[in-house]
Amino acid sequence: MTLSFAILAGLTVGSAVAAMSLRNLVHCALGLVLTFAGLAGLYLQLNAEFVGFTQILVYVGAVAILIVFAILLTRGTEPANEPAAVSPWAGLPVAVLAFLAMAAAVLASPVDKRLAAPVPEVSVKTLGQKLMTDYVLPLEVLALLLTAAMLGAVIIAMKDKEDLQ
Amino acid sequence: MAEVFQAIDQFPVTLKTWLLGHAAGVMPEWALPLLSAALSITPILAVFPLLFALTTVIERKGLGRIQNRRGPNRVGIPLTNIRLAGFGQFIADGIKSLTKEDIVPRSADKVVHFLAPIALLIPVLLTYSVLPFGRNMVPLDLPQTGLLFFFALGASTELSVFMAGWSSRNKYSLLGAMRAIAQMVSYEIPLILSALTVVMIAGTLSLSGIVESQAEVRFGFLHSWHLFTPWGLVGFFLFLTAAAAEANRTPFDLPEAESEIIAGYFTEYSGFKFAIFFLAEYLGLFAMCGLGITLFLGGWLPPFKFLGFIPSWCWFLGKLVALILLFIWLRGTLPRLRTDQLMGFAWKFLLPMTLINLFVAGLWHLSVTSVPMTVRWIGGFALLAIPYWLLGRGFEAKVGKREYRFAN
Repeated sequence: MTLSFAILAGLTVGSAVAAMSLRNLVHCALGLVLTFAGLAGLYLQLNAEFVGFTQILVYVGAVAILIVFAILLTRGTEPANEPAAVSPWAGLPVAVLAFLAMAAAVLASPVDKRLAAPVPEVSVKTLGQKLMTDYVLPLEVLALLLTAAMLGAVIIAMKDKEDLQ
Repeated sequence: MAEVFQAIDQFPVTLKTWLLGHAAGVMPEWALPLLSAALSITPILAVFPLLFALTTVIERKGLGRIQNRRGPNRVGIPLTNIRLAGFGQFIADGIKSLTKEDIVPRSADKVVHFLAPIALLIPVLLTYSVLPFGRNMVPLDLPQTGLLFFFALGASTELSVFMAGWSSRNKYSLLGAMRAIAQMVSYEIPLILSALTVVMIAGTLSLSGIVESQAEVRFGFLHSWHLFTPWGLVGFFLFLTAAAAEANRTPFDLPEAESEIIAGYFTEYSGFKFAIFFLAEYLGLFAMCGLGITLFLGGWLPPFKFLGFIPSWCWFLGKLVALILLFIWLRGTLPRLRTDQLMGFAWKFLLPMTLINLFVAGLWHLSVTSVPMTVRWIGGFALLAIPYWLLGRGFEAKVGKREYRFAN
């Protein structure tokens, strides 16, 4: 474990904990942005430059703004004073169960017997070619989904045209 | 003679290698990469903030000239009568903003309010690390992802604008932040799409690779800048328009429209924090101009081959100053847009034009060997000029009865 990995992992986990435990929703969103940035740093450490910078462009640049807009448009950002509805300890057995299930799955899989594959030379060009040949159907489906979401948003926004009269 | 010019051209690189060579004997092994990075960063941190300081004076003087007044012309060297035509103004301004009281509103979110200017300045400064300032002068050469790095960092400044606007707990700040984010998100698309044409033709995301793709010499004297093609000419102006909106420059300065919402998202900032916002905004504009130069104006390449003796970094800085002067001129000339005009312009004009431009660039690339040059030029311009005329018709001023939808 290198020093840079330790810093990035600490940042990612710490900000994820902050994103879950802070009371002010905007602070939670900002903590989540830090998590996204930490993940991008981890990708960069794995020499996945393209994925890392795309993570920043999409998540820090766009998804974070979306979250923040959604918070501001739907509710006040004042932290409510009432305590959390459910005691945090109720989540503990769920977390333990989830961890056990995942650990069992990992231990049962032949992942540790596999030999490390030679590192392939992945360039942006090969990524683009794969996206346009082997993975063109998922790409098209994603585009369709996004278009549908956008149309839905436009319809919701258009509704109050008669109300103005 | 050629060697002398060569030496001046490569002087920063030689100086860095010389310093590193001398430090190698003195410093431990692990410190050398850090020293190398520091030596690459120092010129950026020295040159561009100084350029910002000079730009503030030049902008005020230029705007003064346009508005038929004098602008700053008093501050020179203290305790003497030397006025330097007012070019000492930025030092006085700097001292003023350093010594001013830092006011934080009582109900503000103190931590976010403090972090916002820092979160804005850091990504802006980082964008400079991939720009090629001269021959062999790229602080961080990313052969696979240079341009993506630039846009990723450019996109992450939007969040700091929101942080500033929201944490101030002031309705003008929040309005300004909302305007800024809506504008930046909308204009990011034409910005990236217009830059994408160059990536298509050059076949690389590396910014130094894009500069090299323009090095070919045509007709014995002319470097083949991407500006000298139909798609490049149109793409450059689309890029400049989107860049002006990204950098919140007039005519797209709605986020800080001082006649409507005081100062937008930095209404509640004073003293040096305000100065940092100001600095980050101008540095963002310079970085955008630098990217435009790299993509369309040949980077550090001269326009004509016989001018190649002038050092490459002089060409870069010269083009940068020319673009800055263009933006000052635009600020003095154009009125501010309305919000609906701003959005309509981005989605109904810039976006279709960039898509058509992308198509024309593809045709240009496919017809590179099969079709004669003149036909490609005429065809390319026809494909771009007709949509321009058709799309532009909707934006002409219509004289008619004005309808106030929300005031009746």
